[in-house]
Amino acid sequence: MTPLLSVQGVTKRYGRHVGCLDISFDLWPGEVMGIVGESGSGKSTLLNCLAGNMVPDAGEVIFDTRADGPLDTVAMSEPARRMLSRTDWAFVHQNARDGLRLGVSAGGNVGERLMAVGARHYGQIRAAAGDWLARVEIDPTRIDDRPSTFSGGMQQRLQIARNLVTGPRLVFMDEPTGGLDVSVQARLLDLLRGLVRRMGLSAVIVTHDLAVVRLLADRLMVMKDGRVVESGLTDQVLDDPQHRYTQLLVSSVLQV
Amino acid sequence: MIEIASLAKTFTLHNQGGAVIEVMRDAALSVAPGECVGLTGASGAGKSTLMRMVWGNYIAASGSIRVGDLDVARALPREIIALRRRTLGYVSQFLRVVPRVPTVDVVAEPLLTLGMADDEAHARARALLARLNLPERLWSLSPTTFSGGEQQRVNIARGFIHPWPALLLDEPTASLDTMNREVVLRLIEEAKKGGAAVLGIFHDEAARARVCDRLVDVAAFAPRNP
Repeated sequence: MTPLLSVQGVTKRYGRHVGCLDISFDLWPGEVMGIVGESGSGKSTLLNCLAGNMVPDAGEVIFDTRADGPLDTVAMSEPARRMLSRTDWAFVHQNARDGLRLGVSAGGNVGERLMAVGARHYGQIRAAAGDWLARVEIDPTRIDDRPSTFSGGMQQRLQIARNLVTGPRLVFMDEPTGGLDVSVQARLLDLLRGLVRRMGLSAVIVTHDLAVVRLLADRLMVMKDGRVVESGLTDQVLDDPQHRYTQLLVSSVLQV
Repeated sequence: MIEIASLAKTFTLHNQGGAVIEVMRDAALSVAPGECVGLTGASGAGKSTLMRMVWGNYIAASGSIRVGDLDVARALPREIIALRRRTLGYVSQFLRVVPRVPTVDVVAEPLLTLGMADDEAHARARALLARLNLPERLWSLSPTTFSGGEQQRVNIARGFIHPWPALLLDEPTASLDTMNREVVLRLIEEAKKGGAAVLGIFHDEAARARVCDRLVDVAAFAPRNP
């Protein structure tokens, strides 16, 4: 078996400041990898380098493409990378408004992604959009409403529908439950777990919420000052942390 | 099915002066298919620590833990993930679930992960919940608000929904009434008959006497320091 994503020595600097340093890992099909760390630890920088939103200064991000097998997405041409980001990747932003077009209807937000990969039949696009709204538990009668009239949790679910409608194989998520009410978070977590399982998705999830990764991620990387200080099975890293920083992080969580 | 040899465990507490605590040395035991081995020893002797090392959420300092043909002490995360999907089951004392997910989905999840169709997985989950006498009106509710005994039965249902060839049981009969305790003991006996290798912690002595073929006192694995 080939890893879906093989990350080797990814480094990104902002002038003299280190974004992320020499990060390497393999992500296998169907796996969910969590990345935790405090603000400024480099986890979002790393996610953006992996998803092609940012060009790393060094390193390779090798993705197992459907047509041509493993290719380094850093060295790939811009149009080829953009095509991958439409067909094979999805990026779920923390702020749903960054991942949606607020002036376009909910159905349009979902349908637009299908059209970007070549769908042309209006009836089929609208049917697929309606189907996806239902899957993310948005009432399909809201299909013609603009997302600006939706609650935060609904906007986040619409963003997920927009991202998953094209059947990606790898989903990048930046704090997907951040900024949502706890009750809405739980529903979103359940939805994401179900989608990951049914669609066989792989995902990389950046969060600072240890409870979220325990429920969602198979594996966990802990970042501090741009480096990975510890990685392993999620429950192993949380229950038997080996690194000083991880021990501090785990012991600092308030018990409910 | 489960083979533990020369197993040691230490904890290094970096934020408490770097204290190194050695908690286990030279642990060894084996569990054959169809057999149930009970771990005994005083509270704090390391029974749960040993179980967690087999499950893979505690890292072994040295030694080996073979479950089937995988050495958990040396395995890659994805190998342990695959082992837990197909081969190794665990009934812990704690129920960790996504809030607001219905009980029947919580119980069916291991089967869905293995690729079973929704209908069949849910039918099996309902049958097992019924057998464990969990009132049907609770099946569509999240177990997070259930009583201790109800949560324990959800945990047991989840742990017995798939015939895992190796099964870890941490106090499976704690907080159960006589009737449900009997159901759980039968489930364990059936798992053994089905060829499962069972490693368990039972404070309930009568339960231990009934299902365990052998006992291993973990006090024997305590490090002897001067």
